[in-house]
Amino acid sequence: MENSINIKLKVWRQAGPKAKGRFETYELSNISTDSSFLEMLDILNEQLINKGEEPVAFDHDCREGICGMCSLYINGRPHGPDDDVTTCQLHMRKFKDGQTITIEPWRSAGFPVIKDLIVDRTAFDQIIAAGGYVSVNTGGIPDANAIPIPKPDADEAMDAASCIGCGACVAACKNGSAMLFVSAKVSQMALLPQGRVEGARRAKNMVAKMDELGFGNCTNTGACEVECPKGISLANIARLNREFLKAKAQD
Amino acid sequence: MVKIDAKIPEGPIAQKWENYKANQKLVNPANKRKLDIIVVGTGLAGASAAASFGEMGFNVKVFTIQDSPRRAHSIAAQGGINAAKNYPNDGDSIYRLFYDTVKGGDYRAREANVHRLAEVSNSIIDQCVAQGVPFAREYGGLLDNRSFGGAQVSRTFYAKGQTGQQLLLGAYQALMRQVNAGSVKLHTRNEMVEIVMVDGKARGIISRNLVTGKLERHFGHAVVLATGGYGNTFFLSTNAMGSNGSAAWKAYKKGAMFANPCFAQIHPTCIPVHGEFQSKLTLMSESLRNDGRIWVPKKKEDAEAIRAGKLKPTEIAEEDRDYYLERRYPAFGNLVPRDVASRAAKERCDAGFGVGTTGLAVYLDFKSSIERLGRDAIEARYGNLFQMYEKIVDDNPYETPMMIYPAIHYTMGGIWVDYELQTTVPGLFSAGEANFSDHGANRLGASALMQGLADGYFVLPYTVQNYLADDIATPRMTTEEKEFEEAEKAAKSHFEKLMDIKGNRSVDSIHKELGLVMWDFVGMARNKEGLEQAIEKIQAIKKEFWSNVRIPGSEEDMNVELEKAARLADFIEIGELMARDALHREESCGGHFREEYQTEEGEALRQDDKFAYTGCWLFKGEDQEPELHKEELKFEVVKLVQRNYK
Amino acid sequence: MSSTLGSSIGKKLLMSLSGLFLIMFLLVHLTVNSFLLIPDGGEFFNAGAHFMATTPAIRVIEPLLAIGFLIHILYGIKLTLENRKARGSARYASGKKTTGVTWASQNMLVLGITIGAFLVLHIAHFWVKMKLTGDPLLEHTTITIGGVETEVENAYALVNHTFSYLWIVIVYVVAAVGLAIHLSHGFWSAFQTIGFSNQIWRKRLTVLGNIFAFVIGFGFSIIPVLQYLFYQG
Repeated sequence: MENSINIKLKVWRQAGPKAKGRFETYELSNISTDSSFLEMLDILNEQLINKGEEPVAFDHDCREGICGMCSLYINGRPHGPDDDVTTCQLHMRKFKDGQTITIEPWRSAGFPVIKDLIVDRTAFDQIIAAGGYVSVNTGGIPDANAIPIPKPDADEAMDAASCIGCGACVAACKNGSAMLFVSAKVSQMALLPQGRVEGARRAKNMVAKMDELGFGNCTNTGACEVECPKGISLANIARLNREFLKAKAQD
Repeated sequence: MVKIDAKIPEGPIAQKWENYKANQKLVNPANKRKLDIIVVGTGLAGASAAASFGEMGFNVKVFTIQDSPRRAHSIAAQGGINAAKNYPNDGDSIYRLFYDTVKGGDYRAREANVHRLAEVSNSIIDQCVAQGVPFAREYGGLLDNRSFGGAQVSRTFYAKGQTGQQLLLGAYQALMRQVNAGSVKLHTRNEMVEIVMVDGKARGIISRNLVTGKLERHFGHAVVLATGGYGNTFFLSTNAMGSNGSAAWKAYKKGAMFANPCFAQIHPTCIPVHGEFQSKLTLMSESLRNDGRIWVPKKKEDAEAIRAGKLKPTEIAEEDRDYYLERRYPAFGNLVPRDVASRAAKERCDAGFGVGTTGLAVYLDFKSSIERLGRDAIEARYGNLFQMYEKIVDDNPYETPMMIYPAIHYTMGGIWVDYELQTTVPGLFSAGEANFSDHGANRLGASALMQGLADGYFVLPYTVQNYLADDIATPRMTTEEKEFEEAEKAAKSHFEKLMDIKGNRSVDSIHKELGLVMWDFVGMARNKEGLEQAIEKIQAIKKEFWSNVRIPGSEEDMNVELEKAARLADFIEIGELMARDALHREESCGGHFREEYQTEEGEALRQDDKFAYTGCWLFKGEDQEPELHKEELKFEVVKLVQRNYK
Repeated sequence: MSSTLGSSIGKKLLMSLSGLFLIMFLLVHLTVNSFLLIPDGGEFFNAGAHFMATTPAIRVIEPLLAIGFLIHILYGIKLTLENRKARGSARYASGKKTTGVTWASQNMLVLGITIGAFLVLHIAHFWVKMKLTGDPLLEHTTITIGGVETEVENAYALVNHTFSYLWIVIVYVVAAVGLAIHLSHGFWSAFQTIGFSNQIWRKRLTVLGNIFAFVIGFGFSIIPVLQYLFYQG
């Protein structure tokens, strides 16, 4: 049922990549608990614009939890205090009247801040470019049913492939490691016969790129898995380790 | 004088594409390296086209407004992708997919294009499987299919409720492979703001770097726009917040005709609006209609009690429920096409049987499916959708029926293209939702993904090559040419003009106003009077915008409000053109429902003798009335009848 | 090979393998130490210690053990430093409220340093005295091994004496608890890193790791405590 709350926001403001950032405090009243977190920020921005101030810049797009564009570290957790959701699907009913909400950008050397709450995640694209695909050109492909794939494998590949590339795993990791992201793609491909062919090359190249870009080393804390809005499993990291070590052993 | 020529190849319908490919011109590998192609947009159509061009050896520059190509809104498509594989052996064929699509589009699509779409549909599935797209499979290891609205066969391939995501990631990965190979140069957070014309041909773009605010010049021998639809004209839609019609609109202003702008699809299964602060609407996949039954209370007093919160839907007895789709359309039942389902929901709600606090919602009930198949089976099929619904609405759809209501979802209209997907501007191509082709007046479920990938993987690589074959002697131009300079100057002054308004209203507040006008007058049901009013209102909004919008910050910096304002300026004009097109089309067809033209049972009534054409609008100058051109639709294969889903 | 070990997963492989090796060592060490609890005046323990001191295999393993420790310590420090850099200089003002993440997994270096500090003391107490400097308490004693009278070092006397000091006992217990916490994450983590884990095995390994950690922690605590309480005089 419709309810409304008053809240206090502590929002990270940073004019540009090299500017020094700081927290600004804002107060909002009569926020409907049925509104989403980003709608609450829309209301804040509307107020800021009406006061002639610059609105808070934050990444968002589909607002359905699938594009992976929204980020935000809210009250100590990437994507905020709800489980298995992205920030855009977080709703204000998860907050209490009078609560102070702290909003920060993803913090990791691999994701430098661009402005306010927006960070640069192009490192993920570079990792995919290093090998996160099957090297087939358009056309000249055998029939889709030519190679049967056991349903459990296809399902597990699908689970790994659900990754939306939002970067919550890196944001949650005390090591700034991108292993969950990399392992999800390596796993998906390793589980499918189409991807197996260049499995060794893929694992080596993606890990090399991840290391080169300065992401940290995984210490298996599991924070990434807890905060992943799509529930990508740590088992994928074990598979990546296996794939990588096997590939290196074959060299 | 621009002339409409669809350039449909000779021969019987099933041979046209083969004939085209057999006779098209090719570019040899050494020359391909010397030819630049600009692709704007990285959704299914853009990413697949750019990747394919790169593989072929062209030099490609690709642009996206997001931080990564993978964010494009194709990613949000849930249900699936159609193909005429006939794996389930239920009588499907290329012809039947072609026929269903033309019929589903209420006979306002170009036959030759649709047939080609059906022909290449099977290759798309092959391609995606080879890329590692984890489609759902049966225990035997072969691909699984489900059925979708508007079809009596199961031809929809799917990957859980995330088919668009998986297909887009496949195309994105193919694209990133080419980025790695050096054949594609990727420009992220970079928005096309102007098309550069040299000697009457599209030869490049001006883009705005959204991080620095700087304008950039880019040359291309050909330009492909794959920038999606303009559904956000309505402010509230299922489109992503950033989805916009600006690239298409810039093309329109450079002479590319805009076709059938009034054909917008209202999707029947969206989560209802809950308040004025709402920023967007969330789609619940059409696939839910496979197992969900749509109903409202039979008695008005029950509906009233529900709206007042005194009665729960689960408390209403089976005999007091009106499964109105099953009642009205026994043959297709809950799987009627989207336009039909949407209008039926509106009809019930307008008649006072709607539920939810606003009365603008109907139930989508899984009770009987859960009883029949078990909760686990339903969870396996729709688990992620149910979870999403619960997160948003705070209701458990396993126990209480979902509430849904129609919302703007897709625009069938778009930039007019010929058979080669070339616009009326030479060298300017358009693909995916951005163009008008293939879906006529209504798109069937699981056909958008099919069309986007068909255009990108299997059509543009042939047709753009055919165009460029005549261009091998054209050297790369430097962007110092005066045409580039002038285009950049025009873009710059546009942004400066916006910044200079310094009014009192936020972009969103004006956009919401536009959205309400659009929804009320250019929405699910339209009439002459309302549309005339809408045009006036939109013109007033345009005036208000250009005199009273407030954009904080500077244009030479990351400025989200400026981006939104520039897009809204175009949405306002698109909205007006939509109303104008809807006003001129005095018939009801597909997504365009004119109240004056309906059967006694309230079904859409086409006027084939007068309107069996594509309405193509030509820009005649700012604040001038656009000029209507007609592409007559010749139906050589399909017989025009009133669509019947009873 | 160098590129393998230079990679993030390679470095972690070294942590994992050295860790597993040290886990084996702990098991052997605890087994021998458990002889301290046999109330035979240390005869059995001395026999065990004598065996460990004289078997050629152990001579080979001893330097390996040292290398194992060194690799584990050095790479632990190296990885942590790299990870701090990857984390960036900015910290979250709202802290970390991710639930379900064990304290141990977030504090392996701190635990490692605790264990390392203890190790110095431990080596000084026993290894240095037994191998290098000698100690009056280690004077030879005669025991029967397999029916043969053999003269051996009285390691038991040294241990027994060392554990007569309360502060030492406390230090040992603290270290054992620290070690147990370290193992509660380290055990399954080592298997995860070499790729021997999945959805099912992760649960098994976590349970196994916790049991192992408890046995090691409890075992190494109870020995000095009982020595102090019941075996003096």
